[in-house]
Amino acid sequence: MFENLHEKLQRAFKSLRGQAVLTEENIAEAMKQIRLALLEADVNFKVVKDLIDRIQAKAVGQEVLTALSPGEQVIKIVRDELVITLGQDTAKLKFASQPPTVVLMAGLQGSGKTTTSGKLANWLKNGGHRPLLVSVDVYRPAAREQLKVVANAIKANIYEGTVGEANTATVERLAKEARREAINSGCDVLIVDTAGRLHIDEQLMDEMQSLKKLLNPQEILFVADAMTGQDAVNSADEFHKKLTLTGVVLTKMDGDARGGAALSIRQVTGQPIKFIGVGEKYDALEPFHPDRIVGRILGMGDILSLIEKAESQIDKKKAQELANKALTGDGFSLEDFRDQLRQVRKMGSLQSIIGMLPSVGAFQGLQKAADKVDESQINRVEAIINSMTGYERNHHESINGSRRKRIARGSGTTVQEVNNLLRQYAQMRKMFKQMGKPSFARRMAGMKFPGM
Amino acid sequence: MIQTLFGSLDEEKKPSFVELMKEAVSRTRESLSERLEDVVSIGKEIDRSTLDDLEAILISADLGMATTEEVLQKLRHKADRKQIRDISELKKLIKAELFAILTTTGSRPITKVNGTPEVIMVVGVNGAGKTTSIGKLAQTFRSQGKTVLLCAADTFRAAAIEQLEIWGQRTGTEVIKTKPGGDPSAVLFDALQSATARGTDYVIVDTAGRLHTKQNLMLELEKMKRTAQRIVPGAPHETLLVMDATTGQNGLQQARQFTQSAGVTGIVLTKLDGTAKGGVVVAITRELGLPVRFVGVGEKVGDLLPFDAHDFVESLFN
Ligand SMILES: Nc1nc2c(ncn2[C@@H]2O[C@H](COP(=O)(O)OP(=O)(O)O)[C@@H](O)[C@H]2O)c(=O)[nH]1
Ligand SMILES: [Mg+2]
Repeated sequence: MFENLHEKLQRAFKSLRGQAVLTEENIAEAMKQIRLALLEADVNFKVVKDLIDRIQAKAVGQEVLTALSPGEQVIKIVRDELVITLGQDTAKLKFASQPPTVVLMAGLQGSGKTTTSGKLANWLKNGGHRPLLVSVDVYRPAAREQLKVVANAIKANIYEGTVGEANTATVERLAKEARREAINSGCDVLIVDTAGRLHIDEQLMDEMQSLKKLLNPQEILFVADAMTGQDAVNSADEFHKKLTLTGVVLTKMDGDARGGAALSIRQVTGQPIKFIGVGEKYDALEPFHPDRIVGRILGMGDILSLIEKAESQIDKKKAQELANKALTGDGFSLEDFRDQLRQVRKMGSLQSIIGMLPSVGAFQGLQKAADKVDESQINRVEAIINSMTGYERNHHESINGSRRKRIARGSGTTVQEVNNLLRQYAQMRKMFKQMGKPSFARRMAGMKFPGM
Repeated sequence: MIQTLFGSLDEEKKPSFVELMKEAVSRTRESLSERLEDVVSIGKEIDRSTLDDLEAILISADLGMATTEEVLQKLRHKADRKQIRDISELKKLIKAELFAILTTTGSRPITKVNGTPEVIMVVGVNGAGKTTSIGKLAQTFRSQGKTVLLCAADTFRAAAIEQLEIWGQRTGTEVIKTKPGGDPSAVLFDALQSATARGTDYVIVDTAGRLHTKQNLMLELEKMKRTAQRIVPGAPHETLLVMDATTGQNGLQQARQFTQSAGVTGIVLTKLDGTAKGGVVVAITRELGLPVRFVGVGEKVGDLLPFDAHDFVESLFN
């Protein structure tokens, strides 16, 4: 419903033209829409109320800019506020001056602690550390077995030990033994996977506290499910009160949850979200980037990951050249067009790329269009361009009827397909020229893509 | 420095805000009914603003905006015309609305038709409580004197088979399994064949947790359904979607997708022993007409209760 928050805000400000400043009155409708979007994204309603107050305070009195529409201007304020609230990028762990560093995993049942323990061990291993895993979940059936399978899969060390009775004494004994084992075997990080527990379970929360006392961990990570709703504040607050958390891992972010719980948890604990889990594989752990999740919470796409992905895969200089050519419209040859297709292919499927764009503004409708795009069509287009001579690629106007026939034959396509391609190419050139005009450029400048 | 879509900015430190939030949250923990009294006792007359405050209460139980609005819209109308006299009447009306939504379903109790085994497939996202609920469900049927076979079709998650086996031991139920990484449909095939041969009353099928957005995994469920159908006509007779009560609005999306792929017939709402209210099921029932069949209230074998709409609605308010 808020895929088009951007649109809604545009609508909310329709009557604003000509007014010089944002006032409480003229942003009221926009604030209502933002509140709705945040609530639907599962941000806790108290947190929403507070955010809205602060956003409103910042917006009121601002002059209406000419470069951005009022809707975009408000979105920028919202974005900035949410990013500030979420804090900095923080995929860092604190290490002990005297190893082993102890990382204690904490959280509700089913939040993903065991899988995350494995991912973390894997991440540490890749960073040159020697982690040791231990599970002190003596309660859930086959929980310790699960961690063992995980450890084997990632070839990490694990301290197994033995369980007699399933109680806190056993939990403490296992923890102590594991720490000794870490020292003896020269492991520099001990990751302690614990049983899932409810924040209102006093006995098990006490157990958590005694584990903390015993191990004196450098990190106590709260593992939380990205799909969590309003209750996130209650569990996070209680865990933080009892344990003084040092960070948060938000799991199952590969789904389509908006992830508003991130804001809620960050607000009540004040602790940074250090990682996000994005899949069931053991390398599916990523640093947390506030700006990205803000886009997601607001339903505005993951622009930054698109850019990052593009940056890492595309030959930057080439991309720049292409962009310049494209924007001036002239000199964007079929040769360039083919290059661009190849770049796109390198980045992954068209759908996955377009899926990362926000479904608002200039990009609106692209996602739907992408679903209809047939990737094999791209292959055919490339085949057609491949069949052209170098001269033809740079002088599209030279491609007459007989050349078209030859190209069709050479590429195993039909003359009609060749005609289609040439027509589309001509349209594209025209569109690019259009985009190169100052008005469009100014609008795009409002959305600065870092590093591009 | 923080990189944003609009450039970079310096992080502002605002410790005072965190403090403020903490305060806000401790207020959240007061029970709903306390807050309801608060809200309504502000003025003698119940008016629009009172109902606006009620909105927050329903939202905090994860009912979502659309459902909350629908419930309140009717009351708002009455309040405008000063037709609601006091708190107890207001409460009664809200409860009646919620109750009506929750009971307008295609609900039918899980019953056994004679002859062929009744096949129950259990699906849901990772960590929702599927395996645990299956253990408890097995216990329920066993205590009714029925024979039960468990099918370990979660061949994906580490030690998932062992976990189900322990529940099998706890409840005296046999588990049909394959090796880790094996084909879920193949083990389902085996389980249904043995159940048919033995005349087992119930087969409960554990499946791997999956996010509803993973197309290939959702297709796997469709394939399993077809397999079941082939061996036992009409199977699966029940497909239960297990949902964690802490789930927010994404629960609706889960219910939609799993219903589409796996033909969900009912919901098991787990972890109601925590502080989460599980209100998203109201939204689900409202949209999809799916009945909640059972609720999970703990990790022990007996911690599964049949869903009672009346009790559930009451629990939203205390
Ligand atoms: N407190 C509580 N925990 C539960 C309940 N149901 C399941 N769990 C726990 O939730 C976690 C995940 O359960 P599991 O059955 O493995 O989930 P699955 O991945 O869906 O099969 C385990 O730690 C269970 O003990 C419940 O009703 N209450
Ligand atoms: Mg399971």
